[in-house]
Amino acid sequence: MSVLVKNPFNHDIPAADTPLVNVQLNGAWIQVPKGTNVVEVARKNEAFLPHYCYHPKLSIPGNCRMCLFEMGTPKLDAERKPVVGADGKPEIAWMPRPQIGCATNVTEGMGIRTDSPLAEECRKGVMEFLLINHPLDCPICDQAGECKLQEFSYDYGQAGSRFTEHKVTKPKRVDIGERIVLDDERCIMCSRCVRFAKEMVHDDVLGFTERGSHTTLAIHPGKRFDSNYSLNTVDICPVGALTSKDFRFKMRVWFLKETKSVCTGCATGCNIVIGSREKTIYRYTPRVNEEVNSHWMCDQGRLGFHYAHDPARLTVPEARAGGGFFPASWPDALAQIGARLKAFIPSQIALVASARLTNEDLFMLASLRGALGGEGVRSDVVRRVGQADGILRSADLNPNTAGARLMRLGGDGADLSDIAEAIERGLVKALIVTHEDAVAAGIPAATLGKLDLLVYVGLLPNATAEWAHFRLPGAAPMEKRGSMINAQGRLQRLNKALAAPGAAREDWEIFRDLKSAVGGGNGIHSIEEVFKAMAAAHPEFSGWSLSKIGDGGVPFLPPAPAPGAPTQGTAPARPADLVPLVNPAKPA
Amino acid sequence: MPAPAERRLIFKHIDRPGYTPDIECYLRHGGYEQLKKAVTMKPADLINEVKVSGLRGRGGAGFSCGLKWSFIDPAKNTKPVYLICNADESEPGTFKDRQILHKDPHQMIEGMIISCFANHAHLAYIYIRGEFPHGARLLEKCLAEAKAKNFLGQDILGTGYDLEIYVHRGAGAYICGEETGLIESLEGKRAYPRIKPPYFPAVLGLYMSPTIVNNVETLCNVKHIVEMGGAAFAKIGKPNNTGTRVLCVSGDVVKPGYYEFEVGALTLGELIYDVCGGIRNGRKLKAVIPGGSSAKVLRAGEKYKIKQKGADGAMAEKEITLDEVPLDFDTMAAVGSMAGSGGVIVMDDSRNMVQCLANIAEFYAHESCGQCTPCREGSLWMKKITTRLAAGEIHANDPALLKSVADNIAGRTICAFGEACAWPVQSFLAKFPEEFAAPPSPAPAAAPAQAQAQPAARG
Repeated sequence: MSVLVKNPFNHDIPAADTPLVNVQLNGAWIQVPKGTNVVEVARKNEAFLPHYCYHPKLSIPGNCRMCLFEMGTPKLDAERKPVVGADGKPEIAWMPRPQIGCATNVTEGMGIRTDSPLAEECRKGVMEFLLINHPLDCPICDQAGECKLQEFSYDYGQAGSRFTEHKVTKPKRVDIGERIVLDDERCIMCSRCVRFAKEMVHDDVLGFTERGSHTTLAIHPGKRFDSNYSLNTVDICPVGALTSKDFRFKMRVWFLKETKSVCTGCATGCNIVIGSREKTIYRYTPRVNEEVNSHWMCDQGRLGFHYAHDPARLTVPEARAGGGFFPASWPDALAQIGARLKAFIPSQIALVASARLTNEDLFMLASLRGALGGEGVRSDVVRRVGQADGILRSADLNPNTAGARLMRLGGDGADLSDIAEAIERGLVKALIVTHEDAVAAGIPAATLGKLDLLVYVGLLPNATAEWAHFRLPGAAPMEKRGSMINAQGRLQRLNKALAAPGAAREDWEIFRDLKSAVGGGNGIHSIEEVFKAMAAAHPEFSGWSLSKIGDGGVPFLPPAPAPGAPTQGTAPARPADLVPLVNPAKPA
Repeated sequence: MPAPAERRLIFKHIDRPGYTPDIECYLRHGGYEQLKKAVTMKPADLINEVKVSGLRGRGGAGFSCGLKWSFIDPAKNTKPVYLICNADESEPGTFKDRQILHKDPHQMIEGMIISCFANHAHLAYIYIRGEFPHGARLLEKCLAEAKAKNFLGQDILGTGYDLEIYVHRGAGAYICGEETGLIESLEGKRAYPRIKPPYFPAVLGLYMSPTIVNNVETLCNVKHIVEMGGAAFAKIGKPNNTGTRVLCVSGDVVKPGYYEFEVGALTLGELIYDVCGGIRNGRKLKAVIPGGSSAKVLRAGEKYKIKQKGADGAMAEKEITLDEVPLDFDTMAAVGSMAGSGGVIVMDDSRNMVQCLANIAEFYAHESCGQCTPCREGSLWMKKITTRLAAGEIHANDPALLKSVADNIAGRTICAFGEACAWPVQSFLAKFPEEFAAPPSPAPAAAPAQAQAQPAARG
C-alpha cells in the first residue's frame, strides 16, 4: 500500500499477514484478523457499534463509553479445556461487566454481543449522559444533519428527558484559530481534536481545563490552532463544537449536493466531496482514500474554491475592439481566432498551457497544437513550486504536471523564457494562454504587446487578459468532469459539481472548436469521446475510461520526481524564484 | 494511649512520647535493620516472602501485594522498573497514611527501599497529595538523611545497588490516587486514568515501563514482613486477611481516631463501643460507612448471612448483626460493602441520610476527572438531585431516577471512580428508602420556579 500520508495509527487496516481468529458476533461465528478492535470487527460485519471518541487513525482513549458491548470468553471446564456446546461450537462465558469495543482486541473464541439487553442499556445510558448538559441547539447548529449526537440519539436515545436540573454553562464562540470556532457547551469531550492536533500535525495546543462535568476544551494560553490542517478537526468533531468559520451559518448540510472529486490545490490530489447547492459551492470535505489522503486534507486546499465564485469571472467570450473589450458569440470569436491563426506558420505560434487543466483539456489542447503545426509550435506550462510539508502538501502546486508532460505540452516551465525571447525577436507572433497569467509567469506585458494575436482562455481577468485580443471564458476544475495524474502517478477523476457560469465552456470544448476552426471538423462530442481519442493517441490510457477510473483513482504512472530535482538528460531546473508563486486559492 | 486489644505494628512508635520523625530516633528504635537484612537476600526470595505473607494492599482495593509484584518477570523485562509510593491519601474518612508520613516517615522509606530492591527498581517516586505540604518537606529531609547514611543513593550499604527516590507533590485532585491517574500526573499530564487493558501499570506504567504502585501502609508492612518472615506475618490476622489494619474512625463516636488491630480481630460493634467509647451524646447508631466514603453504607439493625468455618471445620452459614461484623476484607465484601481504605465513618440517629448522601455526592462531583462520559455527567447529576432532595424538594420519581443514574455509572467507566461515586448513592437509596421518599402530601409537589422559567430540555 502506497499511503502518501503517515497516520499515527491505522486501527482499521490490519497487516495483510494477520492470522484469522474465530469470534462469535451476535450469535454467528465469523473469522476476523486477530487483534482487530471490536468496533472495526463490528463495522465490517454489519453490526455497527456506535462511538464518539474512537477514530481509526488516532490513539484510543476509550473515554466516550458509547461502544460498550457484552464480551465473553471461551467457557473452560475443570481441566481448563473449552466446553463445546450441542451445536459443536465452543460455549461462551459472558462477563457481567461491559467492555469498550475500541480498546478490546479480538482473540480466539471471543464472544461479542452488540445487540444484547446489556449493550443496549449501556448505550442508552451513555446517550442520556451526553445529552443532559448539551445545549440541544440543533436548529442553529451547523453540525445538525451530520451530527453523531443527533444520529445516535435517534438510534439509541430516549424520547423524553429525565433531567430537570440546570445545565452546565460553558464558553461559547471561542476563537481558537484562524479558521475554526469552538462552542464549549456542545463539546462532548471526546478528545478527537486534541489527539489530531498532537498526533497528526504535532501542534499540541488543544487540551482540557477544569474537572468533571465542567471540563472545558481550551486552547493553550497564548497559542492559536492555526495549523494548515486545523479544519480536519471540524470534520472529526462528532458534534457541533468545532465549526469552520468559512462554512458556518452558510447552508444546512442536508441541502448540499455531494460530488466526489479531487482537490486541485497541489499535486497530491486529495480526494474530496464538493458540497454545493444550485450554482454555489459551500465547502470541500476530504473523502477517504487510503492510497492518497486517508481521511484528511489541508486547509489551503479545502478553502481553495472561492475563486470559482469571483464576481469578476469571465462569463462570455470577448473580443478587443479599439480600446475595449466587447462581448462576442462563441461561433464568431472562434471563427475569427481560427482564421487569424491560420495565417501563421507553426514557429510563429506559441502556447502557454496549464498544468491545472485536466488530461482531457490538455489532450484537446495538444490536438489543437497538432492542427497548428505540432511540435513546431512552442509550448510550456507555468511551474508552481511550494514547500512540501511532510503531511499532504506537495512541493508541486500544479495538480496535473504529469498530465501536461504526457501531452508533451511542457512540464518544468523552462521554455517560457524562450517563448518570451522569441516574441521579443518577432519570431513568435501569436500566443494562446490557457488558465495562466503569462505576465506573472515572466513574459513582460510589453512583450505581450508585440504580439499580433493573443488569445486568453481562463476564468478571471488578469494582466495577460488585458493584452489579449480575445478572452474566452473557461471552466474551473469543479465545473468539469475529467482526469488528472497526481505526484504519485495516480490517475484520478474529477466530477462536475456545477456548470460553468454564463456562457463559459469546458476547456476541452473550446480547444476542440478552435481546432475545428483551424483544421476542420472532428467527431468528438463528449468527455468520454475525448478520453477515447486520448487513449488511442496515448497507449498509457488504453483500456481505461473515466468510468473505470472510479471514485478512488488508479495507479497509472511511476511517481513524479520532486519538483526542482534535476532530471536526467535535461538542463537543470531553474531556481524556483524565477516563477512567481501563485496562491492556488486565487489563480491568475 | 493504645486502646485495649490494639496490636500496633505500623503505628508501634507513632504518638509514643519522645518519638521523633528524624533518622537518629528511627535508628535508635531498630531502624534500617531490616534493610540491612533485605539486601543480603535475593530479590526473588523477598518477593516470595511477601507472597507467603498474604499481604493485601492497604490503599482500598485490597489486591495481593505479592501477586502485584510478580507480574513483572525480571528475566524477560528489558525496561526500567519504577516503584511509586501512593501517598495521595484522599478518600474521605481516611487519615492513616498522614500519620505515618508525619510521624514515622523512615518506616515507610525503609519499606520502600526494600520493595525497590526486591523489584529491581532503581528509580522510585513518592506521590504525595498537595494538601500534605508538611509531609512533603519532611520526606525530602528524611530522604536526605537516608542518603547521608547510605541507605539510599549509589551503592547502597556497599551492595552495588543504586536507588533514587523523588518526592512529587500532587495539586489537589482525588483522582491522582487512582494508580494510572497518578502515573499520568507524574508524567506531567492531566490525571486521566488509563484504560485497562492495555495500560496495566505492571506492563505499561510510568513512561510505558513496568511500574509498581503501592500504598504507604502497604510499603510499611513490607519492612515488618522482612523482620518476622512471611510465614509469621501470615499468622497475624485471619487467613487471606493477614497482618494488621489501621482503622480511621470518624463521625459520631466519643473517641474518634486511628487504631491498629489485627485484621478481623474485632467486630464493628467492638470498635465503635469498646474502642471508640460508643456513640456521642448518648445517641444511637444509625449507619456506618466502613471503608472510606465510597464504600457502601451499612445500616444499624441489619442482619447479614455470612459463611463461617464452624467448630467442626465445615463451612456453615451464620446470621450476624451489624455489630458482629468482623473487620476484615472478606467479611466486609460478604456483607455488601468493603474494607476499602480503612476509613470508618459512623453516623448517629440525628443524621439526615439525604444530607449525608448530598455531601458525599458533592465531593465526587467535584473530584470526577471528567474524562469518561458516565462519571463526568452522572456524578454532577447525582449531586444536583441529592442537593435538591436535601433542600426538601423531593418528587415521587426521584429515588428511582437517582438509582438509575447510579446504575448507569457503576461498571461502565474507565476507572473505579465510577463505582466510588455510584456505590454511596445505590446503598443509601437501598438502605434508607424512607428518607428518600417524597413526603405524602395531597397537594402535588410544586415544580421549582427555575424549572418553570426554563423548561427541561430533552436530554
